[in-house]
Amino acid sequence: MYVAVKGGETAIENAHQLLAEERRGDPDVAEIELTQIDEQLGLAVDRVMTEGSLYDRRLAALAVKQARGDVIEAVFLLRAYRTTLPRFGASEPIDTARMEIRRRISATFKDLPGGQILGPTFDYTHRLIDFDLAEPSDDAPEAPLAETPVNDAMPRVNELLESEGLLERAAPPEDDPEPFDLTREPMSFPAGRDQHLQNLARGDEGFLLALGYSTQRGFGRNHPFAGEIRMGEVAVEFVPEELGFAVELGDITVSECQMVTQFTGSKEAPPQFTQGYGLAFGFCERKTMAMALVDRALRAEEFGEAVEYPAQDSEFVLYHSDNVEAQGFVSHLKLPHYVDFQAELTLVRRLRADYEQAHRQEAAE
Amino acid sequence: MSARKRKTRHDDGETGYNFAYLDEQTKRMIRRCILKAVAVPGYQVPFGSREMPLPYGWGTGGIQVTASIIGRNDMLKVIDQGSDDTTNAVSIRAFFAKTADVATTEETSKASVIQTRHRIPERKLRADQILVYQVPIPEPLRFLEPRETECRKVHAYSEYGVMQVKLYEDIARYGRITTAYAYPVRVDDRYIMDPSPIPKFDNPKMDNSPALQLFGAGREKRIYAIPPYTTVHSLDFEDHPFDVETWDEPCGLCGATDSFLDEIILDDQGGRMFACSDSNFCTARRADGHTGQFAEDPIEESRKGEPAHV
Amino acid sequence: MSDDDVLLQVDGVCKNFGEIRACDNVSFELWPGEVLGIVGESGSGKTTLLNCLAGRTEPDSGLISYTNRRGEASDIFAMFEPERRMLARTDWGFVHQNPRDGLRLDITAGGNIGERLMMVGARHYGNIRGEAETWMNRVELELGRIDSLPRTFSGGMQQRLQIARNLVSGPRLIFMDEPTGGLDVSVQARLLDLLRELVRELNVAVVIVTHDLAVARLLSDRLMVMRHGAVVESGLTDQVLDDPQHAYSQLLVSSILQV
Repeated sequence: MYVAVKGGETAIENAHQLLAEERRGDPDVAEIELTQIDEQLGLAVDRVMTEGSLYDRRLAALAVKQARGDVIEAVFLLRAYRTTLPRFGASEPIDTARMEIRRRISATFKDLPGGQILGPTFDYTHRLIDFDLAEPSDDAPEAPLAETPVNDAMPRVNELLESEGLLERAAPPEDDPEPFDLTREPMSFPAGRDQHLQNLARGDEGFLLALGYSTQRGFGRNHPFAGEIRMGEVAVEFVPEELGFAVELGDITVSECQMVTQFTGSKEAPPQFTQGYGLAFGFCERKTMAMALVDRALRAEEFGEAVEYPAQDSEFVLYHSDNVEAQGFVSHLKLPHYVDFQAELTLVRRLRADYEQAHRQEAAE
Repeated sequence: MSARKRKTRHDDGETGYNFAYLDEQTKRMIRRCILKAVAVPGYQVPFGSREMPLPYGWGTGGIQVTASIIGRNDMLKVIDQGSDDTTNAVSIRAFFAKTADVATTEETSKASVIQTRHRIPERKLRADQILVYQVPIPEPLRFLEPRETECRKVHAYSEYGVMQVKLYEDIARYGRITTAYAYPVRVDDRYIMDPSPIPKFDNPKMDNSPALQLFGAGREKRIYAIPPYTTVHSLDFEDHPFDVETWDEPCGLCGATDSFLDEIILDDQGGRMFACSDSNFCTARRADGHTGQFAEDPIEESRKGEPAHV
Repeated sequence: MSDDDVLLQVDGVCKNFGEIRACDNVSFELWPGEVLGIVGESGSGKTTLLNCLAGRTEPDSGLISYTNRRGEASDIFAMFEPERRMLARTDWGFVHQNPRDGLRLDITAGGNIGERLMMVGARHYGNIRGEAETWMNRVELELGRIDSLPRTFSGGMQQRLQIARNLVSGPRLIFMDEPTGGLDVSVQARLLDLLRELVRELNVAVVIVTHDLAVARLLSDRLMVMRHGAVVESGLTDQVLDDPQHAYSQLLVSSILQV
């Protein structure tokens, strides 16, 4: 018997086994442990948690291991797992003003209450390959302790500007309705800022980075200043129905970026700066900055600005930001399409026959 | 929490997941959307599509629909490109065999639920069967109007002239309508619908079918339906009526002249054969004694005398 | 419908853009087959008024009522949106100053003309094409260009195509926004002749916005002079142009004559 493509269970099974073998690599090399991934490839874990929309370091590390270091594949694994989890409820909103700061910088003020704290940043490293890292070392690097502890009062730059009326107030919409839930409902347009921010928070870092960059180059410019970037630990609180008061579940690490952007004003309203916002799990600073730029770009209509560029186009951005969706649809081109192709092939042959006949006729006349 | 503890959370049998993977609340949500879709034939119902353990674009919409309607007594058939043997069909069938422990079959007549990508089986379906389509792009207007907001208005107000303009342009430029698959249809004389990328050869099978037809688009988060015995009209002009592909040769294996044929390239000398895309249809015909010109394995034939290679 | 019914009744239309008063309490009536010219300098609010009349911009206040073929008058902004959209592609036409705004540039000339017919259910390719050919002829476009894309047409040809695309549905009312604005003088003259002939022949009512008094004189039966969003004078075309009463109309007319 003849079948055009006999995929078969055996082939698939064998492919899975081969994948497992390659994943493990040379058995003489020690197998990597999840704690090693978590501790030493922590930023990969952070990105997988952010785009996978699930805060679980160990699980994200496992996903990175299973995906052989392919971050988008790891995000996909985490998402597919996340969707099966029962939902107990929603936590209280985290309060980043009460963050235990590990990093906090502002590009808008030289000094401010609480000061600037560089924290563990790549920013001023010279990007020279450090050959000392090539071999494991017994000496654990140790950073010196500051002479004074970090200030308890660490007001957010934006709040300082807001109190003077110089910055639009980040207030909830009227009646403070339940926010949209992207994981339970399909997107709908026109999309509110709640939909925007949820979508961007889980959006692909590369996609948002390119879009944010495009606004800086003039494709929807919004004059951004990094008002404040902070990273550290915040408490997650939950109100169980039977208790009626908030219980602290634990701490999570988050990065936050508040961009101060293009001011608006009219004869009725005094000019004030506007804002763009970015938030991510772990230390994903680049992601939060790109997110804040795109968030602001998507608010163009709200401020009466022309919507002309990709980053300002809500349908364009929101429909194409998700890398789990995007990688699925791009990779599905690998699936057989020979029925569709046959249909096109038959058609093109018929059109060519029509064409040739018409030309023969013309030549005869 | 350890990963091990999590694994047992949804225990339902051996897999650690609920019957047919999705939790019951999600299934209820999807079934409500299906009911709405059946009530408004051809209308795309938005639904809260879940992330599935298979990639978007690989049938997650169809899988969610199947998972929501399948029961323990169902008999499932999964085809891709008309065949039960293609890798993705095997993979999806294995997914349901594992998560729902349902019986599966390759025989069209024995199946109660058939999930398909890109084909409708050649054998006429019955009223006790459900056909579930995997849909990549559910919006028939998408390539004329990329904006969802405007598309929804066009559907709501039945302003479908622009679809006809597209067909007009085909004829003006090529002398005939040049859509070969995903050929748009009008359902129940109301909504224009994308039938998924089936070849237009299959379009007539949708019309007045006794079987319920459900369409699931996971990535685009839409479900739509054609209820049994509903009119499905392929768009055309009165003087350029809709027609289907025909082949000059019959199936090389079973000799059928009325089925959709795949072209198979046999060598680099222009040698080729045509064979039924519906593998079960072809097998059944051959079991009944029909044969075609290439009933002997043509690849073996053509490779005679060549050095063996792996 | 009878010719005794007012086609378009406009009452107290106001439209502001922030501080700017684009339309200030505009009222008038338009009768079947009548051509009304709206003149004024740029910024006088005439295009905003036209967009309000055509249902494209909702006024802040005031009433715009259209009487359909069955003689029923209704407020165009109170009607259901699909109804208004249907009117806009059957009973009405809109000729843009820039033909690119009114054409589908990636659709052939024939498809552009045929679109309205297909919108209302025409499903016979030969008939649609026949109609398209008839209209190509009537607007003096070469038949051989029926399968060409409008982007390969000259400005004057594009404008004629846009007119054909509007007239094919047998509209009763056409809105025109500076229809000869972007064209050379010689092309303008031919297009004006064509427009005048078609309008008379088809007995279609027209509201035409122009800053060019010569265009207004040639096409319109009646004129409205606008300034700062308000109508400062209206009357029969010859009367307004030959004997303007309002100081601003006098200035407008004299400035043209001096040129």
